Amino acid sequence: MLLTIDLGLIIEKLVLIIVVVMSSLVIAMYATYAERKVAAVMQDRIGPNRAGPFGLFQPLADGLKLFFKEEIIPNFSSKFLFILGPSLAMLTAMMTSAVIPWGDTITLFGREIHLQIADINIGILYVFGVVSMGVYGIMIGAWASNNKFSLMGGLRAASQIISYELAMGIALIALLMVTGTLSLKAMVVGQMDGIWNVIKQPLGFVIFIICVFAECNRTPFDLAEAENELIGGYHTEYSSMKLGFYLFAEYINMFVSSAVMVSLFFGGYDIPFLNDAHAVETYGQNWMAVWHIIMFLGKSFFFVYFFMWVRWTIPRFRYDQLMNLGWKKLLPLALINMLVTGAVILYFTTK
Amino acid sequence: MNVIQILFLFLSAVALGGAIMVVASKNPVHSILYLIITFFAISGHYILLNAQFLAIVNVIVYAGAIMVLFLFVVMLMNLNAESAPPQKNKYILYGGTIAGASLMLVLVSALKQTTQGNHRMLVNSGAGGLIENLGKVLFTDYVFPFEISSVLFLSAMIGAVVISKKEA
Repeated sequence: MLLTIDLGLIIEKLVLIIVVVMSSLVIAMYATYAERKVAAVMQDRIGPNRAGPFGLFQPLADGLKLFFKEEIIPNFSSKFLFILGPSLAMLTAMMTSAVIPWGDTITLFGREIHLQIADINIGILYVFGVVSMGVYGIMIGAWASNNKFSLMGGLRAASQIISYELAMGIALIALLMVTGTLSLKAMVVGQMDGIWNVIKQPLGFVIFIICVFAECNRTPFDLAEAENELIGGYHTEYSSMKLGFYLFAEYINMFVSSAVMVSLFFGGYDIPFLNDAHAVETYGQNWMAVWHIIMFLGKSFFFVYFFMWVRWTIPRFRYDQLMNLGWKKLLPLALINMLVTGAVILYFTTK
Repeated sequence: MNVIQILFLFLSAVALGGAIMVVASKNPVHSILYLIITFFAISGHYILLNAQFLAIVNVIVYAGAIMVLFLFVVMLMNLNAESAPPQKNKYILYGGTIAGASLMLVLVSALKQTTQGNHRMLVNSGAGGLIENLGKVLFTDYVFPFEISSVLFLSAMIGAVVISKKEA
């Protein structure tokens, strides 16, 4: 026997992966629709309303349009790397969803199924690893375009992501000291029927969410695609579905990072003001899992909405302002937060 | 052959192939990309040894941060085969080959002589590489070397800041 793990586990995980990937694609698709509608509401317009009722088929039409556009690969670029760029961006966006706990367990066909693809003991570090890989998608694509504007956009994006990763990591260390675990599942379980981490680490959360905005290249940090300076930024030379991949990866990143934020700071799939253990006895495990997933998605959608809200409210920073904020304000603030958290924990545990 | 052996052989082949391509490829950007592949293969080896923390730190720090800086420099300087200085002295090539081969000879003979040759690595088991144990060991048994190395990092960082300030 080559594989000692049973076949059931493989099928179970495979189905779970397909479901998670497909649903994050669909959610990202409708996030593009939501973004247009939110923008429309904030600017007192109607927004897309032609394709289907309330313009609900608009994302399908957009996707179709991108597929049918002519695919142009610049002559002087390395073809393999040019294709690798958007593929990597998409791949890393999808891979992060592997460690997110979408719900507790359900029992189907006599098997207990965990609603999480992999509960690894370095959970949150895995997210960091994948995010730091996401830089390559942008940088390789930008370099392979053989265009100065693309290269500038790619360099801006990469240096921004690297700078904000530091403050983000240190803000997380303070959170890890409070929770005492790196596994996202264990963090969520720790917040069930207790207080959410956002109350224990308010400053950490503020730093974290600012850094997430920078990591996703969203406004006010979308310097990498500042149209008036760089034409289109790192995807200037891209057309057709390869451009679609870059644009789409941004929306998947937005959803997945909202999900990570919810599991880290807002109790994950925990339903507030409800004794979960008691509710499981009354409603049954499977129904409770459904409610948990709905709760989790609801919280995540709120943060996706928050992303859009900020995008249509706050104008873009200047590049030096961005770097000053990251290195001279957020990083020292995160360090102070970490030291204070450590001191408080030490004070209360040694007593 | 079980799964672990197959994985080991696959990862080793990827690591060695990547390392050879780092040296062999003409374009410096391609070299860096191959080096990243090599780092990933090495991380895979760490996971086989159940050192998850080391594996992910290798990905975050080496593949994720240091190689991005390498890419920065190479992309900004726009290095390619034409801009490289022509290699005039052939003897340097021969000398390098001989020196590398003798280093490998010494390493192989030294590894064969070790008394610990029979101690196999624990594969896919053992908790030594998990983050709890690693943290405890680092902050109790090895706290002095750990702090010394952190001071070293700090001094390197301050040195870099001082050098970059001098220019401005």
